[in-house]
Amino acid sequence: MAMLEVKDLHVHYGMIEALKGVSFEVNKGEVIALIGANGAGKTTTLHTITGLISPTSGTVTFEGKEISKMPAHKIVSLGMAHVPEGRRVFAQLSVYDNLLMGAYTRKDKEEIENTLQVVYDRFPRLLERKNQLAGTLSGGEQQMLAMGRALMSHPSIIVMDEPSMGLSPIFVNEIFDIIKEVSKSGTTVLLVEQNAKKALSIADRAYVLETGTISLSGPAKELMNDEAVKKAYLGE
Amino acid sequence: MSFLSYLANGISLGSVYALIALGYSMVYGIAKMLNFAHGDVIMIGGYVVFVGVSNMGVHPLLAILISMVVCTILGVTIERVAYKPLRGASPLAVLITAIGVSYLLQNIALLIFGSDTKAFTNVVTLPNLSLFDGKLVISSVTIVTIVVSIVIMIGLTLFVNKTKAGRAMTAVSEDKGAAQLMGINVNGTIALTFAIGSSLAAVAGVLLCSAYPSLTPYTGSMPGIKAFVAAVFGGIGSIPGAFIGGILLGVIENLSKAYISSQLSDAIVFSVLIIVLLVKPTGILGKNIQEKV
Repeated sequence: MAMLEVKDLHVHYGMIEALKGVSFEVNKGEVIALIGANGAGKTTTLHTITGLISPTSGTVTFEGKEISKMPAHKIVSLGMAHVPEGRRVFAQLSVYDNLLMGAYTRKDKEEIENTLQVVYDRFPRLLERKNQLAGTLSGGEQQMLAMGRALMSHPSIIVMDEPSMGLSPIFVNEIFDIIKEVSKSGTTVLLVEQNAKKALSIADRAYVLETGTISLSGPAKELMNDEAVKKAYLGE
Repeated sequence: MSFLSYLANGISLGSVYALIALGYSMVYGIAKMLNFAHGDVIMIGGYVVFVGVSNMGVHPLLAILISMVVCTILGVTIERVAYKPLRGASPLAVLITAIGVSYLLQNIALLIFGSDTKAFTNVVTLPNLSLFDGKLVISSVTIVTIVVSIVIMIGLTLFVNKTKAGRAMTAVSEDKGAAQLMGINVNGTIALTFAIGSSLAAVAGVLLCSAYPSLTPYTGSMPGIKAFVAAVFGGIGSIPGAFIGGILLGVIENLSKAYISSQLSDAIVFSVLIIVLLVKPTGILGKNIQEKV
């Protein structure tokens, strides 16, 4: 059985139907990319999965548990972390406090301390700046902080929304390297990206979202060579 | 000498404003709403102590504790019943509801306790402080008020900055969605904020009524508005801002009463607010963080 299974998800914003029956699944250990144009429903899909939005109909099953009606703050402790679009770090808290917020649902101080070391090892820059207010970090550093903060909950799946948005090319490469490492260390990744080329290059499988429905899916390598995908999303 | 005594009284009055302003400011910071019923929670706190001490002969300290519990429950109930259903509604709807709750509390008090002024018994029974061979006498209420406010202020600052629940409050005030993604129960955190603000209001009510021992259903309304001014003055959303704003407001009010005109003191207080806001719209310690996009 898939680790995360989204089935026939419908979401409305007032009269507008943003998702018109989205279904897909993520297996343990995979990196799944969800690509699509602006307004296709990528962020809405992620928000529905992690509980920030409740769907009109459809189900989200995570490790056998139906979570589409569960509030966001309870989903975190099931092992799902969400790196939101635009980073959304807590600007008035220090880097260190932001990381601690990531471990909000965990109780064991020693384990939190261990995870903190792992995060600092992965993002040495966060250690250098641990007492700095998050609002004073650069965009790329904030993205690292947002990822580090999500890892602090020790998730089994990490959901990332546009992690490369607005970053310099160097940071973009760095962020994608980190996503690969996170995946290698055993965390499942669900990635939403406008940078389809980059996303497909690290993903195992991918889904193409088009105006609220999945229009295409398959192994990332195949999609990379698909003529329609090439034309619409890869700019070739 | 009289200047020092006016100053001490001003600081003391300002401390009460500060305690009330803390409630306004914290609630504003986290729920982005102006809880205009906050002043009336003070009045209810005053009545609870009055009934406890004067009618039932309860020990003043115990009465204060009971009052804090009652106000905490009241504050959380108001939030639950009146404000929570409006989360996501327009700020204007919430504001009008808050004003409605304010009148509701005043009228409930009117029904239960009547409109006559109750003579509040000073719960501070310590001796007054006499300085310079009795040339300067500072009442014990004044001193207790200042000390209590400072202790609460320090405690609250430590709570917000050093505890998990406190950091969660900061996180919720900044970004509710992101806070939820951390596993923070946003509704619970908002309720906690109302609970803290309301228990501080109870303390403020007792101190206010001890210094100015007359209690009516409208007792809380003017200090409530002034504390709101103090919160804006200091920078709404900021805890030290509320404290500084409160103290400054109390001092300005008392000194202008003493040296300029007791009738004009309120006008002067509000004029100062207007000037401050013209010069620095975010208030003295207001946050003006440039967000990176």
